Amino acid sequence: MKLNRKNKLLIGLCTAAAIMLARLFSIQIIDEDYKLDAQNNTMVYSIIYPTRGIIHDRNGEILVGNKVAYDLMVTPKEVEEFDTLALAEIIDVTPEFIKEKMDEFHRNRRRIGYQSVVMIKQMPQETYMKFAEVAYQFPGFRGQARSIRDYPFNAGGNLLGYVSEVDADFVKRNPEEYKAGDYAGKTGIEAAREKELKGEKGYNIWLRNSRNKIESRYRNGEMDKEAVPGNDITTTIDAELQHYGQMLMQNKVGSLVAIEPATGEILTMVSSPGIDVEMLADIGKHYGEISSNPYKPMFNRAVQAPYPPGSVFKLVNGLIGLEEGVVGTGTHYPCNMGYRFGRNKLGCHAHKSPICFEESIMMSCNAYYCYILRDLLENGKYESIDQAMDKWKEYVMSFGFGQKLGSDFPAELGGFIPDSKYYNKVYGKGGWKATTVISLSIGQGEIGCTPLHLANLCATIANRGFYYIPHIIKDSEHVTIDRKYKERHYTMVDTTHFPKVVGGMYRAVNSGFGSGGTASIAAVEGLDICGKTGTAQNPHGHDHSVFICFAPRENPKIAVAAYVENGGFGATWAAPIASLLTEMYLTGQISDNRKYLEERIMNGDLMDRVKVK
Amino acid sequence: MRDAGGHRGRGLTRSIDWSLVICWLLLILIGWANIYASVHSSEPASIFDFTSRSGKQFVWMVTALGIAVTILFIIPPRTYEGLSLLIYLGVIALLVAVIFLGIEVKGSRSWFAFGPVRFQPAEISKIATSLMLATVMSQLGYKIGRFKDFIVTALIILLPMMIIVLQSETGSALVYVGFIFMLYREGLSGWLIFMVGMAILLFILTLTSSPYVAILVLMGVASLCIFLYSGRFKWWLFICIPLIVLFSFMPMLLEYISEAVIGAETIASVNESIAAAVETGETVEVPFLMKIKPIYILLGFSILSLPFLAFQAFRERNTFVHLAIISFLAGIMLVFSADFLFNDVLQDHQRKRIEVLLGMKEDPSGVGYNVNQSMIAIGSGGLFGKGYLNGTQTTYGFVPEQSTDFIFCTIGEEWGFVGTSFIILLYVFLIWRIIADAERSREAFTRIYGYCTACCIFMHLFINIGMTIGLMPVIGIPLPFISYGGSSLWGFTAMLFIFIALDRNERKYF
Repeated sequence: MKLNRKNKLLIGLCTAAAIMLARLFSIQIIDEDYKLDAQNNTMVYSIIYPTRGIIHDRNGEILVGNKVAYDLMVTPKEVEEFDTLALAEIIDVTPEFIKEKMDEFHRNRRRIGYQSVVMIKQMPQETYMKFAEVAYQFPGFRGQARSIRDYPFNAGGNLLGYVSEVDADFVKRNPEEYKAGDYAGKTGIEAAREKELKGEKGYNIWLRNSRNKIESRYRNGEMDKEAVPGNDITTTIDAELQHYGQMLMQNKVGSLVAIEPATGEILTMVSSPGIDVEMLADIGKHYGEISSNPYKPMFNRAVQAPYPPGSVFKLVNGLIGLEEGVVGTGTHYPCNMGYRFGRNKLGCHAHKSPICFEESIMMSCNAYYCYILRDLLENGKYESIDQAMDKWKEYVMSFGFGQKLGSDFPAELGGFIPDSKYYNKVYGKGGWKATTVISLSIGQGEIGCTPLHLANLCATIANRGFYYIPHIIKDSEHVTIDRKYKERHYTMVDTTHFPKVVGGMYRAVNSGFGSGGTASIAAVEGLDICGKTGTAQNPHGHDHSVFICFAPRENPKIAVAAYVENGGFGATWAAPIASLLTEMYLTGQISDNRKYLEERIMNGDLMDRVKVK
Repeated sequence: MRDAGGHRGRGLTRSIDWSLVICWLLLILIGWANIYASVHSSEPASIFDFTSRSGKQFVWMVTALGIAVTILFIIPPRTYEGLSLLIYLGVIALLVAVIFLGIEVKGSRSWFAFGPVRFQPAEISKIATSLMLATVMSQLGYKIGRFKDFIVTALIILLPMMIIVLQSETGSALVYVGFIFMLYREGLSGWLIFMVGMAILLFILTLTSSPYVAILVLMGVASLCIFLYSGRFKWWLFICIPLIVLFSFMPMLLEYISEAVIGAETIASVNESIAAAVETGETVEVPFLMKIKPIYILLGFSILSLPFLAFQAFRERNTFVHLAIISFLAGIMLVFSADFLFNDVLQDHQRKRIEVLLGMKEDPSGVGYNVNQSMIAIGSGGLFGKGYLNGTQTTYGFVPEQSTDFIFCTIGEEWGFVGTSFIILLYVFLIWRIIADAERSREAFTRIYGYCTACCIFMHLFINIGMTIGLMPVIGIPLPFISYGGSSLWGFTAMLFIFIALDRNERKYF
């Protein structure tokens, strides 16, 4: 073929055709974007939101249900002249608010097109009814039903957590499941069980034309998807008891945790001050108020606050002492207002001397446990105090302390138990001895544990040597909990030693006033409550009041830990609170001779004692 | 077989190039079916329903067939040459008249309205111009290289073009640029096409990147031409390429140096005060290094080297280099006037369309909407398409002008890549065949007219399809034989069949 001008032109023609074909090949076959865009163009997915799963308490009462609220939707293109004042009055907002919103929609009119946008979120049903009567006067406005959370019981605000619209960040982290406008659980059980509760969104597919007008259903709804409601879940919480616990803890700062020892199920978990369930339903409105509260109601003290356990911890040291053989039930130690070492003294209160093991628990003697700890750490069995210290830590951790228990509650805190490494860092290697760390014996010093840890300790003793990981979700129709919640966790202390401790705890409560028992105030006739008081020293103000107890002595049904910040002696606040809760749980009422106690507790106000930043 | 003579018998029908006729028939039938598909859902009716577009198109098709038969069998082909001047002048008169008497459709005055029937004279002006060109250029002694002849030819093309621009139908006017290919075939220097191409490239480069890049490209191309012409390609490789590379890094280099000497913060503050001074009218003290713009260095280099080149060319009596230098200077002028041309000469909507095409502005819901939707429709077709009448994009009205200018979208969506490539190959075959027939003819008149026809169809094809797939700016011209519309169908049918008649005439008598 000659390269004359005709052929050059033909080559040009073919080149032009090749360019067009290449471009068509690229947009029709290679590039997927255009196909997706085409779907977005014509198909409108109108989302059907599922109803969230219901949260039941252990007895089948509804803790969290659903109710209908209405979003006021506006289709700006359909809005005609309307009486702003009248609308404002009906839907209970200021006329300025409506004007502002309409101006905003006008500014974004290109983006909005023929779509509807939300003007007001979650109008209550009564407001919507008023609007619905006169809706015809406001073309372009309509209500869209939306299911929101409803709380029949004022119980467990912190525990339950709240649900709110997902933010951009959340959507970015879960791009598959969530889109803007969806709701998700943010804290508490709502967050922990989001997967079960949320259900599956459904959709109706509509075909629309280029002016965004809906033309028809896509394939007569063949491809539509029904929304799947979320699964109901059952918590281990006893709603009545939780409510009663909240009443007891009102106007106090602290926590109250109750566990069923035989299962590890959490019956009650109160963090005070807490969030009222009324606020949960409309968290957006109250969020500022809640987060500016100096007592930090969002902070779940029961699992997040590291406290010194105080004398309650003597039970642990006592059990370790028995296991290690440094103390026996017959061992007597003298106590003369404290334990002296060198020129120092760890003080104690007035009680008879010398005393045996059970009496040391009953009377909460400090000196007795100083002897035990010293013998533990200076035990000839171990090569050095470092080794003895680490062994001690191992024992303590086998009770669940110093680590996250692994409960199904989000944001649990591990607390802290020191070891030789820690003290070597603080005092230098060899720079410390048993007397340096002697306050560990009575639960002071470098120990940090949560009220949940204490409740778990109580359950362990109630079980005579093992615990189940405390948890708040029970098995139910759609939900099976992790197997780990059904496994027994034994401590490193032999189970035969536990009855000795239980005996002391029984005597602490049931020896009667004047006997020297520290927790006589917690005694309830016929319930055989076993308990141990604690008074955690607090350098910032009044001591913290601590008490753990379980009942009845044989086959315990409930183990309780109460921790009242700045409450003073364990017997002053914590012991009455824990025993009232126990009594209420076991008998369903408060006996007449203890009504005065209930009244004193409920009217007690310790808020002024608590220093806030 | 074709050359053997048997085919070239003097029979009435056997001398017709039936492949062209079949091509024409295929295209109008495809067009008709797709017009029906494109309006299918908004006007669900029979394809023959005369209130709908497909029904109307059927009428245009039947009448077009009448026109074809008339041209083939009734009008003696010899008359075109004699009447061409009359036709040309008549059409020019119509083109002018429509500006004053026509009705306004979408911002342009290019339509006559006779009751319900509308007619666009621009469609037949292509035929008139082609006939006029064929007549003039087939005269004995015509030489396109001769200045007088070239001017006459240029005027014949430019006159209708200008009038159409005045009608605000820039798109239709652009088709006339296609005649340059015919002129090339008839002996016009290839450099002219090259320069037109260069001018477009420079214009785009100036708008999309910067005048600096445009001038650098211009220098590269000009130097390549000069060195190639004088057979010193190796010199060019060793001298110019390093220079071009150096220059392309110079703006970065200069910035780096001035930042190192003056400091980035000072530069930023000076830039700020300059921006402020533009408003207040104050003068700002600018460091010397910042006054050096890379483009000045480039221009300085050109000013120094040009006289040297010119002197050498003068000594060697090399006119090519002189012309190249002149072209280079013209190119630089174009680069500096590009902004002016773009902002002040082009109309607002045209400017926006070019901006969108060149990616200078993203505007998927405004001007870019048409192109974006059209590409979505075509792209969603995939390999085999969604099937006839099953398109969602075109039937639900996402694509604008879907039965006229954007008919290709319907084809793309419903017939897929298979359909679109078939259509393009059909057009290529048609144009190829016209050129082949034109080349074979013994009369210059037939050949030139044939090339004119091929050029017009090609320009329409490339601009229209290019527009729907985002290769060209949005220029509203129809796809020949396929788009809805009587004027366009009649115009192209007449144009093609005049060529078939001319071609047949030759076969008949030789």
